[in-house]
Amino acid sequence: MTKFEKTSSFSRRSLLLGGGALVVSIGAAISLETVLSIGQAYAQGAKPPLTPDQLSSYIAVNADGSVSAYFGKMDMGHGLHVAIGQMVAEELDVPFKAVKVIMGDTATSVNQGGASGSTGIQFGGKQMRMAAAEARRVLVEMAAGLLSVPADKLTVNDGMVSATEDKSKRISYAQMIGGKYFNVQLDWNKQYGNPLYAPGKAQPKNPKDHKIVGQPIKREDVAPKVFCQEDYCTDVKVPGMVHGRMIRPDVAGSVPVKVDEASIKDIPGARVVWDKGFLGVVADKEWGAIQAAAKLKVEWSQAQPPFPEQATLYDHIRKATARKSQVDKENGNVDEAFKSAAKVIEAEYEWPFQSHASMGPACALVEIKDGNVTCWSGTQKSHFVQQGLAATLGMPLDKVRVIFKTSPGSYGRNDADDCAMDAGVLAKAVGKPVRLQYTREEGTGWDPKGPASIHKARAGVDASGKVVAYEFISKGFSRVDVGTNGSKPLDTLAGHTQGVALKSGDGFGVPAESYAFDHKRMGWETIPPLLDRSSPLRSAHLRDPVGPQIHFASESFIDEVAAAVNADPIEFRLRHIKEPRDVAVIKAAAEKAKWDTRPSPRKDQTGAKVSGRGIAYSQRNGTRVAIVAEVDIDRASGKIFARKFTVAHDCGQIINPDGLVKCIEGNIVQGISRTLWEEVTFDRKSVTSVDWISYPILDITETPAEVNVVLINHPELPPTGAGEPSIRPVAAAIANAIFDATGVRIRRVPFSPDRVKAALS
Amino acid sequence: MSQKFTLTVNGQAHTIEADPDMPLLYALRDDIGLNNPKFGCGLAQCGACTVHLDGQPTRSCATPLSAVGKAKITTLAGLGTPEKPHPLQTAYIEEQVPQCGYCINGWIMTAAAFLSDKKKPSEAEIKDALSGVKCRCGTHISILKAVKRAATMMG
Ligand code: FES
Ligand code: FES
Repeated sequence: MTKFEKTSSFSRRSLLLGGGALVVSIGAAISLETVLSIGQAYAQGAKPPLTPDQLSSYIAVNADGSVSAYFGKMDMGHGLHVAIGQMVAEELDVPFKAVKVIMGDTATSVNQGGASGSTGIQFGGKQMRMAAAEARRVLVEMAAGLLSVPADKLTVNDGMVSATEDKSKRISYAQMIGGKYFNVQLDWNKQYGNPLYAPGKAQPKNPKDHKIVGQPIKREDVAPKVFCQEDYCTDVKVPGMVHGRMIRPDVAGSVPVKVDEASIKDIPGARVVWDKGFLGVVADKEWGAIQAAAKLKVEWSQAQPPFPEQATLYDHIRKATARKSQVDKENGNVDEAFKSAAKVIEAEYEWPFQSHASMGPACALVEIKDGNVTCWSGTQKSHFVQQGLAATLGMPLDKVRVIFKTSPGSYGRNDADDCAMDAGVLAKAVGKPVRLQYTREEGTGWDPKGPASIHKARAGVDASGKVVAYEFISKGFSRVDVGTNGSKPLDTLAGHTQGVALKSGDGFGVPAESYAFDHKRMGWETIPPLLDRSSPLRSAHLRDPVGPQIHFASESFIDEVAAAVNADPIEFRLRHIKEPRDVAVIKAAAEKAKWDTRPSPRKDQTGAKVSGRGIAYSQRNGTRVAIVAEVDIDRASGKIFARKFTVAHDCGQIINPDGLVKCIEGNIVQGISRTLWEEVTFDRKSVTSVDWISYPILDITETPAEVNVVLINHPELPPTGAGEPSIRPVAAAIANAIFDATGVRIRRVPFSPDRVKAALS
Repeated sequence: MSQKFTLTVNGQAHTIEADPDMPLLYALRDDIGLNNPKFGCGLAQCGACTVHLDGQPTRSCATPLSAVGKAKITTLAGLGTPEKPHPLQTAYIEEQVPQCGYCINGWIMTAAAFLSDKKKPSEAEIKDALSGVKCRCGTHISILKAVKRAATMMG
């Protein structure tokens, strides 16, 4: 800042804005009253209330000129904070490094929905962009008054506002408002969560003028992580803290009827917290809590084993009475059109329950002190956990603060929110701060699960091979058996174990594509959960909720139809796809992968090792992705090597291309993992996939040799999501490649070696 | 029954009193107060808790205190510092490897021990050495790039 010291009169003028007594003449063009009124209107010493309609709820300029961006969403690993920092820095005309994004603390941010539906940039970034643009507008207006230069004759560079024609007339953001707060009202749409939108009067920049947005800026949080300088949620400690462990029944649905606290009396600080089905222990040390949980003698109620045999899962889904049936899209007269078809192709696909299986089981720390609750959590949605803790603990909302701390990636509604509630109940019961980390068994066995489903597809084709009728119906457990967050006791294990019944919602979905068939119907049905509370098979959002399962089926099926009419899979798709951006991603992937146009399967391979290629594509809330997978199959072992992926990705305007590529690579790898390996196993009593042996994921030895990403940038379009869309077509691309290589269609995920071997023999 | 143990961690001696059956992980995290290693499974299945005992990569979640003896313990924090980073730390930053980063400990500590024994490893050797370590976010591609980069740096 020293180089600006010479403009001392401006510094003194800036004192006016703080209500100081020093009055300096500003020249003839503008009256002192005007300057004062602008200053008072826009800046004040006390922080306005933390409400969505206040600019200060999103942006603050600090005394040193740095900018704090308060963000009501959070980064769960994709580096979202970098993109948000870029958008804010861009609109404010400050250096990227000047912006610090502060995420997911209910005391400093408004409820922008948390991590949710890949909307971090699409909605969260949009709001931060508008707030930053408004902050710049206001600051320029303030400078216009102070410098006696009309606003349209001012330019901003690195937080310094100067007269375009006389650079000696200048004043910095910090001089004007540093350390004080914006007092500027925004035009809030009265919505919370993802739809929250509160623009000011400013228009954001023309994308043509972007200098920071679009740059491959690196993450600054990698170094602190590799040098162990950053505490994760698991590492937070407060004085007087004790450690907790929960105790889960062997038979899901049974509850403790007798608990022998004496059985753990030798363990320092060991105590039992038992309320109906809620059973946990605390101890002074973490090892003490682990031992207490292992040693506690508990008698459980006799409960009917609630689950069907796993082998009958898909039959169960098939036969279950649908609780809700819904057609989301229909055009033409589908039933009539099927009658006129020369040939009808039908297939059914199956997808298992899958687990979030986060790298570390959830951890939360709850402290209740002087009537205030503070919770450190790895939740995706701190504002909702705030509501959940208020409801669970019977506290007023404004007495609960939830602080997001970096944690294992969540990929949806994982075990984090349940853990925060359990920690809250323990802390309240024992009157001490409680740090609770779940066990691996809870992290994999008891997290809310991605729903299992079946998908029936039919297509009628005429004699020329044209699709004249098409129907796609999914049936499965709901994606919102428990909600997307822990805001209500009916959605958390703590609520369930303490007697609040599950209130399962109905939600599924249909394929997101643009195949224009004259007669087309797409719908879904949901079935009731297998157990009405505290179920390790309760279903919820898992990365790209129901997207992988639906598009595994729909994009496998399109391939089946293409094969039935002896058409090349890409050429067949392009016959029917109408959206130009969809066509563009498919063509981009095909070109980059050097797609060899011919029908599948290829027939030129013999021997034990065969290879194939497959395409799949989908949309997701404005984003479109096409993937060409190239796989090798060992016929003898059934082992699949998903060797090469070519991904074309269009999510509108790209904010950070390098961050985007990493995000896509992670989706591809996780998508391969879910396709080849992942399946929740269970017996009549409970979930039996409870660790990395029983719930395997893709090993490093199975890393694809190549993942080539083609980014299609549309700076003129608003950015849409990237956190999840590219996982969507992975399973179908692999399935289609297997078919190409072998002529065998695998319609059940995962494609484990045994299953593939059986299918091939 | 609690016993006294003197642990040498990153060159510093710590005396603690603990159950000999307690895994080393809890001594490092709870008694000594390190924020690394991490708890991932407690079952020796993921690597998140990996430390070096006399240079050998060891899963501290499954290593009882009684088995540590006089071994010198090195954790990720002791591997390198911002001023004197281990090549793998540098490579991790250069390659921008992590997503959530909860797995970092497992990969770097396992790879560091491997690379100190094995110069110029092939890609297949790197993969085999790291097999079994978990990353749920799927940063596999960047992990391999970083380990290769570090291998080159270590000549
Ligand atoms: S925590 Fe030790 S290997 Fe997983
Ligand atoms: S980066 Fe999240 S588990 Fe590896």
